[in-house]
Amino acid sequence: MSVRAFLIYLFLAVPALAQGFAGLGTDAEGFAVPQPGSAIIFPRDHGPHPEYRIEWWYLTANLKGADGEDYGVQWTLFRSALAPQEKAGWDSPQLWMGHAAVTSATSHFVAERMSRGGIGQAGVTAEPFAAWIDDWRMASSAAGGVDQISKIDLSASGKEFSYKLKLDAQRPPVLQGQQGYSVKSAEGQASFYYSQPFYAVSGTLSLPGGDVAVEGQAWLDHEWSSQPLAPSQTGWDWFSFHLESGEKLMGFRLRDETGGFTSATWIAPDGTPEPQPPAALAVTPLETETVAGREVPTRWRVELPAKGFRVETRALNPEAWMATQVSYWEGPVRFEGTHAGRGYIEMTGYD
Amino acid sequence: MMWRSGLAALLSHWRRKPLQLAMLLLGLSLATGLWSAVQAINGEARASYARAAAVLGQDRLASLARADGARFDQQLFVTLRRNGWLVSPVVEGEKRYGEQRVKIIGIDPLTLPPVARQIDVMAAEGGLGAFIAPPGLFFVSAETARRLAGHAAPPLRIVDSLPAGTALTDIGIAQDILGVGPRLSRLLLPPDQLIDRAALSILAPELEVRTPAAESDLSRLTDSFHLNLTAFGFLAFAVGLFIVHAAIGLAFEQRRPVFRTLRALGLPARALTLLLVAELSVFALIAGFAGVVLGYWIASLLLPDVAASLRGLYGAEVPGSLSIRPAVWLAGVAISVAGTFLSAGRGLWQVSRMTLLAPAQPRAWARASERHMRLQAIAGAALLAGALLLAHFGTGLAAGFALLAAMLLGAALLLPLLLSWLIAGGARVSSSALGEWFWADTRQQLPGLSLALMALLLALATNIGVGTMVSSFRLTFVGWLDQRLTSELYVTARTEEEAAALRNWLSPRSDAVLPIWSTEGQIANQQVQIFGILDHATYREKWPLLTADPQVWDFVAQGKALMVNEQLARRLSLRLGADVTLPGGHRLPVAGIFSDYGNPKGQVILGNDTLVRFYPDIGRLRYAVRIDPEKAGKLREDLLTAFGLPAQNVVDQASIKSFSLKIFERTFAVTAALNVLTLAVAGLAILSSLLTLAGMRLPQLAPVWAMGLTRRHLAALELARSVSLAALTLLLAIPAGLGLAWVLLAVINVEAFGWRLPLYVFPADWALLGALSLAAAGAAALLPALRLLNLRPAVLLKVFAHER
Repeated sequence: MSVRAFLIYLFLAVPALAQGFAGLGTDAEGFAVPQPGSAIIFPRDHGPHPEYRIEWWYLTANLKGADGEDYGVQWTLFRSALAPQEKAGWDSPQLWMGHAAVTSATSHFVAERMSRGGIGQAGVTAEPFAAWIDDWRMASSAAGGVDQISKIDLSASGKEFSYKLKLDAQRPPVLQGQQGYSVKSAEGQASFYYSQPFYAVSGTLSLPGGDVAVEGQAWLDHEWSSQPLAPSQTGWDWFSFHLESGEKLMGFRLRDETGGFTSATWIAPDGTPEPQPPAALAVTPLETETVAGREVPTRWRVELPAKGFRVETRALNPEAWMATQVSYWEGPVRFEGTHAGRGYIEMTGYD
Repeated sequence: MMWRSGLAALLSHWRRKPLQLAMLLLGLSLATGLWSAVQAINGEARASYARAAAVLGQDRLASLARADGARFDQQLFVTLRRNGWLVSPVVEGEKRYGEQRVKIIGIDPLTLPPVARQIDVMAAEGGLGAFIAPPGLFFVSAETARRLAGHAAPPLRIVDSLPAGTALTDIGIAQDILGVGPRLSRLLLPPDQLIDRAALSILAPELEVRTPAAESDLSRLTDSFHLNLTAFGFLAFAVGLFIVHAAIGLAFEQRRPVFRTLRALGLPARALTLLLVAELSVFALIAGFAGVVLGYWIASLLLPDVAASLRGLYGAEVPGSLSIRPAVWLAGVAISVAGTFLSAGRGLWQVSRMTLLAPAQPRAWARASERHMRLQAIAGAALLAGALLLAHFGTGLAAGFALLAAMLLGAALLLPLLLSWLIAGGARVSSSALGEWFWADTRQQLPGLSLALMALLLALATNIGVGTMVSSFRLTFVGWLDQRLTSELYVTARTEEEAAALRNWLSPRSDAVLPIWSTEGQIANQQVQIFGILDHATYREKWPLLTADPQVWDFVAQGKALMVNEQLARRLSLRLGADVTLPGGHRLPVAGIFSDYGNPKGQVILGNDTLVRFYPDIGRLRYAVRIDPEKAGKLREDLLTAFGLPAQNVVDQASIKSFSLKIFERTFAVTAALNVLTLAVAGLAILSSLLTLAGMRLPQLAPVWAMGLTRRHLAALELARSVSLAALTLLLAIPAGLGLAWVLLAVINVEAFGWRLPLYVFPADWALLGALSLAAAGAAALLPALRLLNLRPAVLLKVFAHER
């Protein structure tokens, strides 16, 4: 999912862009570069990696309310470094950005927070695991010595909404790629990347209409890297699906002039990942709508023939536009076809 | 055709009398110019106050700060953010770069509310990284950039939206530069807050909410200064109008034959009036335009001094360069037109109702009229009585200026009658027939000259009054500096550790090391400085106490009482024994009130131990050092070498004094300049009035000439007359000027600055001024006198030949 690097770069790396985007594609300017064969170790790697340029803890949840309605929740903490180090105080070159959202069929609430590193306003600790920015928290409620991200308390608030959720996963995190080393392109760009797609969620959403008790599923990604993407890429479409049969599917398409590049991982119900070769996944927009003044696909056909998977998606709320400093579409979907289930789609670069 | 010939006939007058035209245009441009200059200066200053008020949107945003205004631990910011308070940190302070003081404002661009975003950090070269990573960036106005040139400040980025003397930088950079550690001055509190969050009283009980300041402190503080300038502007304008009035009056009188002829040729009175209005409008527009140009030029000369004054007096930053404001142009031209028609009103009215058979001969344009003079004098007396009442019962700055205006105008209106009495006295003591004729003729001329003489009186009285005020102030200020600055050296350490080392190093090498530690806070909503002093002979012997308990020093040393400066005592109506509640809730009675000139802020002095007890975390960086003055220079050198301090951190008494005096001089440089200009305008007014009269006086002079007086003799008499009228006016201007000085010192100063100064008289200055004004009057009379000297006898004879 290193495509999301693109997003954070659009925002935080404006100076870097000014210095020349092309240069960034090949060298990481003193930042560490992910190398194959270096193992991911928990709980250490739940924490931040300031020597890498970019990192995020990205959680999406598909929920069902006690009122019978579908809801989606997003909680994201991005880290971006101006230099490959951490320092105490305002000198810290680490910058943090939080995005939170609650989506229902009729509403989409968004909040955004920013913070400097080094002063305690935002940060992540590995053990006990906690990620926070301002009053938003994603913190472990697991005992010491136990997988720190197996139990999570999650909260965020905006002007019109807040939520408090408890997350519980019965399986260990899933390492993407080769033991967490996830190659992203033919040029060898890569990231460290693991996911926890098996959370069961319960909690409360506070919305303008009142509190709603919710239950459902959530998916956490933690990824860090230093290398941004090629300048020819104009955006991406990213899919995370919870299948009713218990499998999970992660896939994305990078859009460029030549029609794009797709990649996918099929995760068995027991958590075993099956990385799919490039181009195994096919995604086709079926319908677009005008959202926040842009033409955005709101129905997709997603096919992974190797797994006999062919579904069509429908957005819970087509207006799920993230009107943050860098804006994009991110919202819950349901899908039907050879398989049924729900999940999240993220679409960027539709400006 | 009729219109064109009419206009040509009217304009031909100016071709024949270019001097008169020049006088008219000059008077009008001068009046407009001085007025516009003041407007331009005030406009520039107000714009810069508005910029200052808008910095970080503080005119619209509430903020959180400590009640006493002191800085607080930045952990409070983190605590508040982590409990859902969407606040943004700000640290502020002053930093000296050589002679330049710069207000440093540190912000966090990531949490800064949009309304407070005056600069686009992301869009600037280098972006966010260059802004937050050392050495950081300074966002400054072009003016500030010029001032900082060559100093060791971070790289500069120039933006228009910031006031002069302010640098906007990253919060971490600002904390480093100011040396304040991880502390913040305040937190911006945008209105869009989460509803559900813990109370401030639980999270940060030491902070309180400050609502946005609707009006900036600066514009309130400096109001008096600008009112002062405006008053000067109007005075100059009024004096300028005297010239215009004289010039227009003359032109109308001299053109009476032309008017009559034009009317006789069939030009209707209406058309004639319209032509005159058109002519005057053109003149007014030309002069107004020239006046605004002149005004900008004067303003650009004065502005650096005004800026220095505002900085010295109020800490207000105004750029030293002017921007062109359309409002000033419009107002300048408008006031020029208004002034023209105000001066020409009577003439136009007369022309519009002139009968065809009216005498064509120019007659004395204002005839002796005892009744008119009496009425004027009664009005003047009423104004003076009003001034007395105002002096007694009025309060506030506006009343002070009303008092000033009533007094000056009253004195001016009384002038003709008083002069006529003095002249009558002169006539009584003169024995010869010629003497009697001289005085009688002088009296006869008085109405025509009275407007010009009133202008002279106003200018002279202002000059004497303002001069007396400035000189009294200077005398008091110098004496006060001697009392206040007794220590030989003033040392500022860069860090607390260095300060401790300095103390140890200095103790054996000096007679005494006196801490000058201070903090700032609020007392009854007034921002005040709180200083601590040691019980030492330095203070006991010299401190400039105005009124004090006999045991004031013991009480202060024992922590039983405090002292306040005069302005704070006046603002809060504090007398000896009154209780003062200091920031933090400490209460102590006032045991002494001391003078503190040049300081816009209130000040409280505590015993040093008390200060430290009340405010344990104050900065302890500044010290006064007592030592034999002969050894001070050597000690300063040693100190600089031993500690590697920057030169400006060790200052000797003489430099501070000269620095303070420099500020003082610049403060009054503007006043002096406007003074001289006003006097010059008054001189021109006399010249133009005399020129007016000279042409009309032939009928009075011809008989005297016919009786055997030479033209030379007559010219000498004319000259003597002008000079003696100016001398008499000067005589009357002295009491008016002293009255003015008293109002300035005892009313305006107290209201504007909060201190009352003793009045000293400087007769030597009057003598100089007198000589100057006599010379001016003499010079003004010279031209008409020379004309008389060279008058062809035939012209004088004609007076008898022509029917009047």
